[in-house]
Amino acid sequence: MRHYEAQLTPTLSGKLWLLAALFTVLLPHLLRMPPLLSLASIAVFGWRLAHEVKGWSLPRRPLRWLLTLIFFAGVFLTYKTVVGRDAGVALLTVMLCLKLIELHTLRDAMVTLYLGYFLVIGGFLFSQSVYNGLYLLLVVLLLTAALIALNHPNSAMAHTRYYLRYAGQLLLQAFPIMVVMFILFPRLDSPLWSMPQGNVGKTGLSDQIRMGTISSLVASQEVAFRVEFKGALPDADQLYWRGPVLWTTDGRDWQRTRQTVMHTIPAYQQLSAPVEYTVTLESSGYSWLFSLDLPSSMPQGLDHASFILSDFQLLSEKVATDKQRYTIRSALSYRNEVMFNNDRRMALQLPSDVNRMTVAMAQAWIAEGLDAGQLVERALAYYRDNDFYYTRQPPLLTVDPVDDFLFNTRRGFCEHYATSFVTLMRAAGVPARVVTGYQGGERNNLGNYLIVRQSSAHAWAEVWLDGEGWQRVDPTSHIPAERVEETVDAQRFATTDLLSSVAGGSQFNLFARTFFQLRQVWDSVNYGWNMWVLGFDREQQDKLLRALGIRDMSWQNLLLTLVGLITFLVAAISLFILLRRPRQTDPVVRAYLLFCRKLARKGTVRGQGEGPQDFAKRASLEQPGDSERIREITRLYVQLRYAPEVSGASLKQLKRSVANL
Amino acid sequence: MRRDQAEPGPVTLTRRRVYILPSGSGIIFALLLLAMLIGAINYQNSLAFIFTFLLTGMALVSMVHTFRNLNGLLFRVGHVPPVFAGEQAAFPLSVENPGGQQRIAIKLSFREQTPLTLDLEANGGQWLQLHHPTSRRGWVNPGRITAYTRFPLGLFHAWAYIHIEMRALVYPTPAADRKLPAKLLVADGSSGDQGKGDDDFASLRPYHPGDSLRHVHWKALAREQGLMTKQFGGGVSEQLWLRWELLGNTPTEERLARLTRWVLEADARGMAYGLALPDREIAPQRGDAHRRLCLEALALFNLREGRE
Repeated sequence: MRHYEAQLTPTLSGKLWLLAALFTVLLPHLLRMPPLLSLASIAVFGWRLAHEVKGWSLPRRPLRWLLTLIFFAGVFLTYKTVVGRDAGVALLTVMLCLKLIELHTLRDAMVTLYLGYFLVIGGFLFSQSVYNGLYLLLVVLLLTAALIALNHPNSAMAHTRYYLRYAGQLLLQAFPIMVVMFILFPRLDSPLWSMPQGNVGKTGLSDQIRMGTISSLVASQEVAFRVEFKGALPDADQLYWRGPVLWTTDGRDWQRTRQTVMHTIPAYQQLSAPVEYTVTLESSGYSWLFSLDLPSSMPQGLDHASFILSDFQLLSEKVATDKQRYTIRSALSYRNEVMFNNDRRMALQLPSDVNRMTVAMAQAWIAEGLDAGQLVERALAYYRDNDFYYTRQPPLLTVDPVDDFLFNTRRGFCEHYATSFVTLMRAAGVPARVVTGYQGGERNNLGNYLIVRQSSAHAWAEVWLDGEGWQRVDPTSHIPAERVEETVDAQRFATTDLLSSVAGGSQFNLFARTFFQLRQVWDSVNYGWNMWVLGFDREQQDKLLRALGIRDMSWQNLLLTLVGLITFLVAAISLFILLRRPRQTDPVVRAYLLFCRKLARKGTVRGQGEGPQDFAKRASLEQPGDSERIREITRLYVQLRYAPEVSGASLKQLKRSVANL
Repeated sequence: MRRDQAEPGPVTLTRRRVYILPSGSGIIFALLLLAMLIGAINYQNSLAFIFTFLLTGMALVSMVHTFRNLNGLLFRVGHVPPVFAGEQAAFPLSVENPGGQQRIAIKLSFREQTPLTLDLEANGGQWLQLHHPTSRRGWVNPGRITAYTRFPLGLFHAWAYIHIEMRALVYPTPAADRKLPAKLLVADGSSGDQGKGDDDFASLRPYHPGDSLRHVHWKALAREQGLMTKQFGGGVSEQLWLRWELLGNTPTEERLARLTRWVLEADARGMAYGLALPDREIAPQRGDAHRRLCLEALALFNLREGRE
C-alpha cells in the first residue's frame, strides 16, 4: 500500500493546480531577478505547461543536467555567490522551475509544492509590508488548495471552489495555533549565524544640502518615523526633530563636519521637565536617530550601541536596514552653552568670493551698531517685509545662490531660508549653523501617536548668542501664511491635528477629508503591524508575557508551555471537527427525516436500510389514521429526491404535509 | 484479540479502529518546516515566523481532517457470487458515510491488492466491488480489508482494518476438454439426437424462475415479448449420471476439473444430469439451481468448510 502510494502519479487537474499556484509564488521573485535568468526560468516553466496542455515531450536526462548546470552558473555569475538572501532565493527559484521538468510521481509534485511554501518564506526576506503579507497569504491559500487537489485522485476543475474553501478552512483552523506559537516561541537576541545583507534603498534625509535634495523628499508621503509620547503631546511649534547638523559651506553646498563623538549627553541646562517618548524609525539606510531638541538621555532599547556628537546629533552604530525602536527623553526648553574650541571658527566659516551682496548687506547691518540678537530680528524682518514666498517648486539659482535667492527670486522652501539665514548671520559675525531633520507631525487619533512623514523634512538654523548659548531660529516659520503656497505647509508650525486644517481650508472638499481619514486608519493599521508583528522581538515578548502575568520564564519552560497549549488547541479543534453534529443540507431529506422522527414518536421506527416505499407500506398499516398523509409524503419525497424535475412548489408541499402530520 | 476476528458486519470504523501516522511526504514537510524555522530565527523575520507557524498549525489540523475522513464509515458486505478457481472473486461492499461531510479519496484494498478509490457525498453511500484473486477451490476468505486515506494534504496516513465476515465460493477450474465422454451418452441415451443437444429446438414457453439462462430466448426479450424459455425436444428425457468412477484413477483435483466441465457442458445442452461423488449423490435435474448445487458439491468435495 505504501509502495502503491509512492508510485502514484498526479492527475492533470492536480498538476494544473500545482503550476498555477507555483506561478503566483514564483512571480515576485522572477520580477526581482535579472531579466535573462527570469526569462529562462519562465521558459522552463512554460515547457512543463506545454507538456501538460499540448503534450510536448519533456527534456531527457542529459539536457536536464545541462540546463541545471547552466542555471546554476547563471545564478553564480549574477550574484558571485550562491549563499545569502538574494543568491539563495534566486537559486531556489530557478531550481524550482527546473524541478518542474522532471516531475513524475505524486510525491515529486508534493515535494515541489513544499518548496513553493519555502519560497513564500523567502519572499519575506525582501519585504515584510502588509501588502506582501496579504499577497503571500493568498499564495499560501492557493498552494494549499493545489495540495488538496493533488491528493484528490478524482479531482476535476469543477472542484475548484471546494478546494479553495477547504484550504481556507484549514488555514482558519490553523490560525489559533499560529498565534500561540508566535507569542510563545522563544526568541533569540541575535541570529544563529550572520548572513550577508542585501543592498538597501537609499531614501531618506541626506546629510548634506545641495539645492533640490530636500525637494525630492518633500513630495514623498513615506513615513519617516512614528512617535508615541508618554504624556501629553508637545505643542506643534516645539516639534523639531533634530537630525544632521551642517557646518561647512562653499556658498552653495552645506556639509557636516568632524565632531567629538560622545557616549553620554553633553552637559546643558534643562529649563523644563523632560518629555519621554518612543520613536519607531522606518528603515532608511542611514544611521541617524531623531530626537526632539534637545535630547536629555541616550536612546534606550536599541539592540546596538548609539552615540551622540557634540552638536547633539544622535547616531546609531549600525545603518538602519530594519525598523528601529527606541525610547528617549528631551528637554524642550533648554539653555545650551556647549561650544567647543573649534566650533566658533567653524560657525563663522564663509567663502569670501561668493554671495558678495549678502555679505555686504550683513556688514551694512553691523555698521548700524546692532548686537547679535538685533541682527537676528533684522534678518527675520527682511524675510517678513519683503515678498518672500514659500514654494515647493523654487526657480533655479545662479552661481551666487544666496544672493540670487535673497535679492532676486525670493521663492524657496526651508533649505533656502535656513541656508540664506545662516549665511547672513555668519557674514554679520554671529556664529550660526544649519540643522536638518523633521518638523511637526500629524497626530493619529486612532493610535494616539504622531506620524512624521518624509514630506516633513525640514531645515532650520541655530545661532550662538553670547550669554544665551545656541538658539533655534526657523526663518521659514516667519513667512506669513498668505505667502505660503500650500495650506498644509502653513499649518505645520501651528498644529499637529492636520484634519482640522484640512477641513478648514476652503479648497478641501469632502473627498479630501475622507481620503485623509482613510490614510489615518491605514496608518494605524500599519503602525500596529510594525509594532506587534514586525517588531515582535524578545523584548516585546517579555513585555506581553509580563502583561499576562508570566514573569522570567526560561526558554525551556516557554517551549513546554507552548507544546502543552498546542496539544490543548489540537484537542479542541479535534472535538470541534469530530463532534460537530452532522448537518443535513438537503431540505428535502431534512423534511423526510423530520417525518421519520414524527412516526418514530408514534411507534413506527424506520429500519436501517428500509426503503421509503417499503417503509410507507408498513407505516400505513401500523398507523392507519395517517396512511393517506404517509403515502402523500412518501410520493413527494421520492419525486423530489429521485425524479429529474424539481419544483419549489412540491418542496413547500412536502414541508407542509410533514408539518401537518 | 478481538480485532483479528471477523465480525458478521456491518462494521463501523469507530475512533479506536482508526490509526494515524505521518506519511513519507509528511516527514519531508516537517523537515522543511524546521528549515523555515531556522531561516526565520536567523533573519529574525517576524512574517517568516508567522507563516512557518501557520503551516505548522495547518499540518496539525490536517491530521484531524485526515482522521475524520475515515472515522465513522460504515461497511456492509453483499452477496458474493461464486467464481471458478483462477478468476477474480468480486466482493460487493457497501460503504456508507453517516456524517454530514463529504469523504474524499478513501482507498480500500485487500492485502497486497491495488486499492480502489472513492469519494462519498455527505450522508451518501456507495456499492463497490473489491476483487481478490483465487487459486484453489473451496471457500476463499480474502482476509481483512484495509481502508486508508491521506486526504486532504497527504501529510498523514490514516488507516483502519475491517475484519468483516465474507467469503467466496470457488468452484474448481473446469477442464479444458469440453467433450462429454461418448460412452456416457451412448450408455444412457435412449432416443433422440444425442450429441446435438441444443439444436433440437421444440417450442417457447414463459420463463419460470430456475430455468437456465442459457435457454432464455434473448431475441424475444429484445423484441419486447417478455422473458421466454426455449424448450428442446430430443435430449430432454435423457438422464446423465456424471460419476466419479468414470474417470478411472485420475488424481482428485483433475477429476473434479473434468466433472466440473461436464456439469457445465450438460447444463449448456439443457440435459438433466446427476452427480455422483464418493461421499455424495445428487439426483438428475436441470436448471441453474441444480447446476449451482453440483458445482458447490464439487467445490467443497473433501474439504472442511472454511478452508482458505
